[in-house]
Amino acid sequence: MPAIRRRLKTGTGLSWGTSMLFVLPALVLFAVFVLYPLLTALSYSFFSWRGIVRDDFVGLENYVTVFTQLPYKDEVGNAFAHNFLLFIGAMVFQNTIGLLIATLLHRIGRMKRFFQTIYTLPYLVSPLVIGYLWSLMLSPLFGPVNALLKAIGLGDLAQPWLGNPSTAIWVVVLVTAWQWIGFPILMYGAALGGIAEEIDEAASLDGATSWQRFRSITLPLLVPAIGTVSILTFIGAMESFPIPYALGGSTGSPAGATDVMSLLFYRTAFESGSTNAIGVSSAIAMLLFLVIFGVAVLMRWLLDTRERKMF
Amino acid sequence: MSRRSRLQSGTPLTRTATQTFLWIYVVVAISPLILMVLNSFRTTSEMAKNPLGLPQNPSFASYEKAWITADFSSYFLNSMFVTITSVIISTAVSLLAAYAFARSRGKFFRALEGLFLSGLMLPVYLAILPIFYLLDSLGLVSNLWGLIMVYSALGIPFSTFVLASFLRQLPPELEEAARIDGAGPFRSFLAVILPLVRPAIATVVVFRFVPIWNDFFYPLILMRNRDAYTLPVGLTRFFGEFQTDWATLFAGLTLATIPLVVLFLLATRQIVSGLTAGMSK
Repeated sequence: MPAIRRRLKTGTGLSWGTSMLFVLPALVLFAVFVLYPLLTALSYSFFSWRGIVRDDFVGLENYVTVFTQLPYKDEVGNAFAHNFLLFIGAMVFQNTIGLLIATLLHRIGRMKRFFQTIYTLPYLVSPLVIGYLWSLMLSPLFGPVNALLKAIGLGDLAQPWLGNPSTAIWVVVLVTAWQWIGFPILMYGAALGGIAEEIDEAASLDGATSWQRFRSITLPLLVPAIGTVSILTFIGAMESFPIPYALGGSTGSPAGATDVMSLLFYRTAFESGSTNAIGVSSAIAMLLFLVIFGVAVLMRWLLDTRERKMF
Repeated sequence: MSRRSRLQSGTPLTRTATQTFLWIYVVVAISPLILMVLNSFRTTSEMAKNPLGLPQNPSFASYEKAWITADFSSYFLNSMFVTITSVIISTAVSLLAAYAFARSRGKFFRALEGLFLSGLMLPVYLAILPIFYLLDSLGLVSNLWGLIMVYSALGIPFSTFVLASFLRQLPPELEEAARIDGAGPFRSFLAVILPLVRPAIATVVVFRFVPIWNDFFYPLILMRNRDAYTLPVGLTRFFGEFQTDWATLFAGLTLATIPLVVLFLLATRQIVSGLTAGMSK
């Protein structure tokens, strides 16, 4: 038996050297352009910088700066709150309307592909294009949205949506959620397709109503999909950049109302003109990195634990 | 009882309500995009007079202006070159690596695969400063090849993940037969495996095309020279310069979107399987 296994191993597997040859090109690319920059970025944040010249090792001082000095300490809280709002907005939108659409699509067999294709289309278009498109649609001058409101007799609601700080952030949230929803629709659709028909039918024969079946059969079985989508939604919301950039520019106008973390990082690194721009912006990047990676890993872990309990 | 027969027993009212809702959301999802295309065929003064109208005398004048005067031809070709080259490089190196991951059992390769996979969750763009200085030291800032190298590397986690899971489903006996006939590992990979992984390669190629074509962050920082702008960076420049020329702006947005819509309609299946690939993990 061991002899057979050994023969199989050498017969079917690749030798270490051959495997290494196959892996090498990818490993080199990944190490040079992903791993090395990531590790270096961490080190950048522990030094003070004079322009592009690295100065002294300062430990956590750049991090302290971010939380104690103006303008950073105000901007970080403001920007982060907006990222969080983007996450909540997308979660609400996709777990109500998105989930409803996925469930309905699962039930109608006919034309399912057509609807799926249409709903996914905005998700594939460049977020920058989407942002600019909505900035034109919402223009106070001759934007179609205000024109439509006037046409249906709601002219009082017409306003400079992106010029007003109290509406601008909601535009960013809604546009983001609107663009993103195609993704959860597809993911929930795939998960629904994987649920055995028999369970649902058995409950149906036992007299369970449509809602009861959804509540006690479909929803619990969807938890893994909802979890995976939530993690990706979180990452997407924290990384948000092109839509706010197109809608409010790199300063998050009006008056920082549409600022997000990636914009703050970009501005600090490339537009602030501060001597220690690299040090402070690297600290911001690492903080954001920690939040994204930390929460994603934590959510994954919670989800796996829950799944193990269920099955 | 099949699902179809059970559903057809649903009340007509439920079915009508479902259809109505789905069609309403069709309008919500797609009307902004339709408006974008329609407005690209109108003149700016037409839009100012009647923001909701249809094209009266459809003209391609705004496209001509965007393509020639606003340099869209150059942005478009840059985007095409960068996207296609990056997808080819990253798929090729990922396929080789995925084959090794699928066929070798060593701990080392298991760990390496885990390392690549972790890249699926890492916000690599936050390392843009070191990436900038790295390209700078290689003389690749404002050089399309710099962007291509970065995108090729960024595509490795997703591509190896999809390709390795596909390759694991192929029985190793396939290559064994080739090997008995005297073919080396590389020959048997090319002759036996490559033809069989085509569906997975199609998924990876189509699916990687979209984020690279759309990406804005990397070229915004790494391409400082107008000759090296890709479409998204070109768009920001263009929105500053043609602020009031709405017809041209809509034409520019449409131009940036057309290749994706064509790709999506031709390869819906690959895009959907790419999107849902993460589900199994």
